Amino acid sequence: MAHPTALALEFHLVAYKRTWRSSVFSSFALPAMFLVAMGITVGHYIDERSTSIGVPYLDYLGPGLLAATALQVAVGDSTWPVYGGFHWTRVYHVMRASPLTVGDVLRGHLAFVLLRVALSSAGFLVVLLLFGALHSWWALTTPLVAVLVGAACAAPCFAFAARATSDGAFAVLFRVAVVPMTLFAGVFFPVESLPWVARLLAYVSPLWHGVELSRAATLGTATAWGVPAHVAVLAVWCAVGYVLALRSFTRKLGD
Amino acid sequence: MVTTLIFPRAMSRLDHRASGALSVTARNLAAARHAAYWWVLLSGFVEPLLYLLSIGVGVGRLVGDIALPDGRLVTYAQFVAPAMLAASAMNGALAETTMNFYGKLKFMRIYDATLATPITPMQVSVGELIWAMCRGGVYSAVFLVVMAALDLTTWGWALVALPVTLLVGFAFGALGMGLSTLLRSWQDFDYINVTQFGLFLFSGTFSPPSDFPVPLQILIEVTPLYHGVALLRAITTGSPDWTVLWHVAYLVALAVAGLTMASRRMGVLLLK
Amino acid sequence: MAEDEALIAATALVKQFGDFTAVDGIDVRVRAGEAFGFLGPNGAGKSSTMRMIGCVSRPTGGALRILGLDAAKDGAAIRARLGVCPQQDSLDLELTVLENLTVYARYFNIPRKVARARAMELLDFVQLADRAGDKVEPLSGGMKRRLTIARALVNEPEIVLLDEPTTGLDPQARHLVWERLFRLKQRGVTLVLTTHYMDEAEQLCDRLVVMDAGRIVAEGSPRELIDRHSTREVLEVRFGNDPLDGFADKLDGIGERVEVLPDRILVYTGDGDAAAAQVHGRGLTPSSVLVRRGSLEDVFLQLTGRTLVD
Ligand SMILES: Nc1ncnc2c1ncn2[C@@H]1O[C@H](COP(=O)(O)OP(=O)(O)O)[C@@H](O)[C@H]1O
Ligand SMILES: [Mg+2]
Repeated sequence: MAHPTALALEFHLVAYKRTWRSSVFSSFALPAMFLVAMGITVGHYIDERSTSIGVPYLDYLGPGLLAATALQVAVGDSTWPVYGGFHWTRVYHVMRASPLTVGDVLRGHLAFVLLRVALSSAGFLVVLLLFGALHSWWALTTPLVAVLVGAACAAPCFAFAARATSDGAFAVLFRVAVVPMTLFAGVFFPVESLPWVARLLAYVSPLWHGVELSRAATLGTATAWGVPAHVAVLAVWCAVGYVLALRSFTRKLGD
Repeated sequence: MVTTLIFPRAMSRLDHRASGALSVTARNLAAARHAAYWWVLLSGFVEPLLYLLSIGVGVGRLVGDIALPDGRLVTYAQFVAPAMLAASAMNGALAETTMNFYGKLKFMRIYDATLATPITPMQVSVGELIWAMCRGGVYSAVFLVVMAALDLTTWGWALVALPVTLLVGFAFGALGMGLSTLLRSWQDFDYINVTQFGLFLFSGTFSPPSDFPVPLQILIEVTPLYHGVALLRAITTGSPDWTVLWHVAYLVALAVAGLTMASRRMGVLLLK
Repeated sequence: MAEDEALIAATALVKQFGDFTAVDGIDVRVRAGEAFGFLGPNGAGKSSTMRMIGCVSRPTGGALRILGLDAAKDGAAIRARLGVCPQQDSLDLELTVLENLTVYARYFNIPRKVARARAMELLDFVQLADRAGDKVEPLSGGMKRRLTIARALVNEPEIVLLDEPTTGLDPQARHLVWERLFRLKQRGVTLVLTTHYMDEAEQLCDRLVVMDAGRIVAEGSPRELIDRHSTREVLEVRFGNDPLDGFADKLDGIGERVEVLPDRILVYTGDGDAAAAQVHGRGLTPSSVLVRRGSLEDVFLQLTGRTLVD
């Protein structure tokens, strides 16, 4: 018999069949457009001057956007859908009426979110390949990086969404966390040029570590702090987020 | 006031119509007073500012200076800021007139009750647009203050730019409202979002349209946000010329077309 | 406007949706100060008619004059003088109870101060004054209905349209609504309402039309209709779970007419007790026997061969 977590995952996969088209669109067409608008046209101006980044701007931006996409997909998929699972579709309550445990319900949905993150990053990797932005075989590991970033962001979001009392909070979350991270955590320009407070925030954010890892992989270069350090920070985000999420889910669904 | 003397009847009728539209605006104001919504409203103007700081200032360090259509060199932040302003006017107006309007039209069914009163679909459309303008106007004003404070424009030009942002918002709001009446479900908003994002990226926002191959350049120049960007860029960089009239005409035409379509379609949908 | 002209005058009124005819050429006259009802089952075309009278739906054919104005041309002017309580409560869930009234009043260009005073008064009238500052969502169905009625009164309308005012309410909530509507009637407000409850029609309407499949099949006061299309009393007999088909013959000749329904048999008669005695006299042993007065339900059954609520 299938593992109970897999059963919970399967539920989300079935539902996904109906909506995958539009979600592919937004999880992968949007960053690709960003890549063209910024990487090629603005990149042209940047590459004309010799600047601090040392590689063509497109190649610099590409892996950063890949990590940022993982962030966007992970947060988008673990806020409204989770809140909906409790309040709108109430699928969690339905699942709890079966032999699935709270942990199964949580892990099943989390696995689904990470699968989505992996797929969209793989798709985006192909785009990068077509633009000639990949310079190392290590690039093949970027979906893994994306999944790690996705888990680091999704797990705390699961906890947040389970406790939220209205879905209005998520739009605010995007504005105060997701957008600032995307814009300032090293995706578009090096964090070294940020004032120190902002730089500290970037260092704490999961995205910066993801960007460093992803960029090192596609360019075949070293990271700022060394791979183990970045992975460790992301792992802490994952672990703390998961514990909080499990606690919130247990409180909502009982055990 | 001379007009009031000469056309008293026409004016009083206009008055009556306007007050009808304003009562629709007043409904939104009353709804917005309830707490949860304020957070969303307030946090709205932060986003374009963040873009300005990230792309304009952060990436701007890498880019250096950039040439305006008239050949003058400006910093990249000066170049990008008016585009962000235009995009924020567009996004603000669309947020209110697509998602929110659609929700009120199809889910909350607010207008079913409104249209059972003497209020007409046109008054509903105009009232909603005025509301979107109030919201967008506040965002634009904040953004312009920041621009002037960062020396990205002068206070004088910022003052000129404010009503122009309202025009941009009005045009996009009308367009968005018109399109919303055609949508069948929430899924369709993905198309609006993608289009909106595409316009944001490719309307001469981050680099002049002349950087693109000629066919693309022409395409860019027929899309609406380009006109908002070009218009506001001419103003905030202090270099308006005759072309601004063409941009203004384009946006006015867009507003009229959007409004007409929205009120017609609303009539079809609700007054069956 | 002539003194005796009807407030609402529909002539050969038709409403089609595509090929489907929802209202099929009805003639209606509503006089000032009366409570007028449309009685009919679901799908009869009551709401379609009400929406045309409310000037939110354009007639496909026929003429419709309301308050002496042409519904097709002067919609806004007519709506300004109507109060509408639609079938589905269309309250604004983003506003408070009080705001639902004051905001709505602004649509009629009623000055803010007046609107507020009137709203408070109306909340008193519908017994919701203590909920003025609350959100609408948590209100019970009956409270929402009363709030909708209050909203319909905010412009001091000359005619109030009520589409199924008590459908879906529990008996207690229904009685409260009826009682409020009765007060309105006493004040001389012209009421036009639709219902598929015969008791509601009997309680509230001075005059009514019975509608079925888009047509009017009868018209009159409740009493007139019952006298014309039913008998003074009706005997209802049941025979447990036995199939009833065979009983029609066995009851033949008792009362004026016998109607076999899936679950019971109705015997139309001037004297129910005598009829019941006759039933027993034929050696039949019904599981239950009930004698009641003739009702609009019986009128509808007689006219269409179907029951009102199924
Ligand atoms: N907007 C519409 N489009 C198509 N058919 C409709 C529409 N509104 C009502 N109908 C149809 O018209 C008939 C009468 O509906 P309605 O007037 O709502 O009846 P009632 O209120 O008596 O239940 C029904 O068969 C209904 O399906
Ligand atoms: Mg109905």
